[in-house]
Amino acid sequence: MWRPAVHRSERAVRPVLAAIALMLVGSASWAIDPEPAFADPAVQAEYQSLIREVRCLVCQNQTIADSNAALAADLRREIARLLNEGASREDVTDFLVARYGDFILYRPPLQPSTWTLWGAPFVLLGIGAIVVLRIVRSRARQSLAGDDPA
Amino acid sequence: MWRYLLPITVFVVIVGFFYRGLYLNPGFVPSPLLGKPAPEYDLPRLKDPSQTVGSKDYDGQVALVNVWATWCIECRHEHPYLVELAQTGGIPIYGLNWKDDRARALEWLDTLGDPYAASAVDATGEVAIDWGVYAAPETFLVGRDGTVLYKHISRMTPAVWEREFLPRITAECGGLPCTAASAP
Repeated sequence: MWRPAVHRSERAVRPVLAAIALMLVGSASWAIDPEPAFADPAVQAEYQSLIREVRCLVCQNQTIADSNAALAADLRREIARLLNEGASREDVTDFLVARYGDFILYRPPLQPSTWTLWGAPFVLLGIGAIVVLRIVRSRARQSLAGDDPA
Repeated sequence: MWRYLLPITVFVVIVGFFYRGLYLNPGFVPSPLLGKPAPEYDLPRLKDPSQTVGSKDYDGQVALVNVWATWCIECRHEHPYLVELAQTGGIPIYGLNWKDDRARALEWLDTLGDPYAASAVDATGEVAIDWGVYAAPETFLVGRDGTVLYKHISRMTPAVWEREFLPRITAECGGLPCTAASAP
């Protein structure tokens, strides 16, 4: 029988590779709870994207898709129930915001109290652009002056 | 001039935000329910599941709604004070037993005392979601007309009671006792 020549070091690596392979397969079982089955794949997709945008208020830096807190499980179940009843994405977010406030959404709505939040990155980007522009211009001027055979 | 002034201004503004952030409590999420009608519910009574208890029981009264569970450590810390509040009287306390084990909850009330006019069993947590509950213990003050007047998250203490609850109860009722019989 033909056997591939296995170098000793390669043999040592095998268990490690096997372990890594197992870990890769294992990620499939990390799904947080048995996925609620939706008949309509579009609704399933809506559910998947919704639970990734809802904050778990018990563990505030996780979404309810990530968290295994009891409240996160309850909220996932509640969202699934609403979607099964034919609720739209807006209906679900309105339901959550009415009970928990805007903080439950990872994407806060654009309103007077969040103008700074939404605007700040663009303002800072603008300031950065102006600074870079000024530096580049002054350097260009300097190098032009340097090239000038005086 | 700009070369120094601009970075310093930006720095000061950013530090200002961070400094403010140091003193904010990220665990405090203001309830959108304040000033709105309290969610209605009708759930099995903890001590007699054949009966129900719910918002109808304190209709027209000023009442406290306290969310508790035996798995909640802070609830145990606050419990003696709730018992004291119930004894000094003046305002009914309605419990919402949140996702709890019934036998344990009954034992808890047996051994530690029962401050509640009645406790509702919210086994699935659906009513808790309607109330925007995310961290027991939470205590709501519900007004005579059924609006949520105040929400306190975490343990009820004498300081919180005197600072936040008493003035609002006084405004609603003219002081304690604040029962169905006492005139507004």
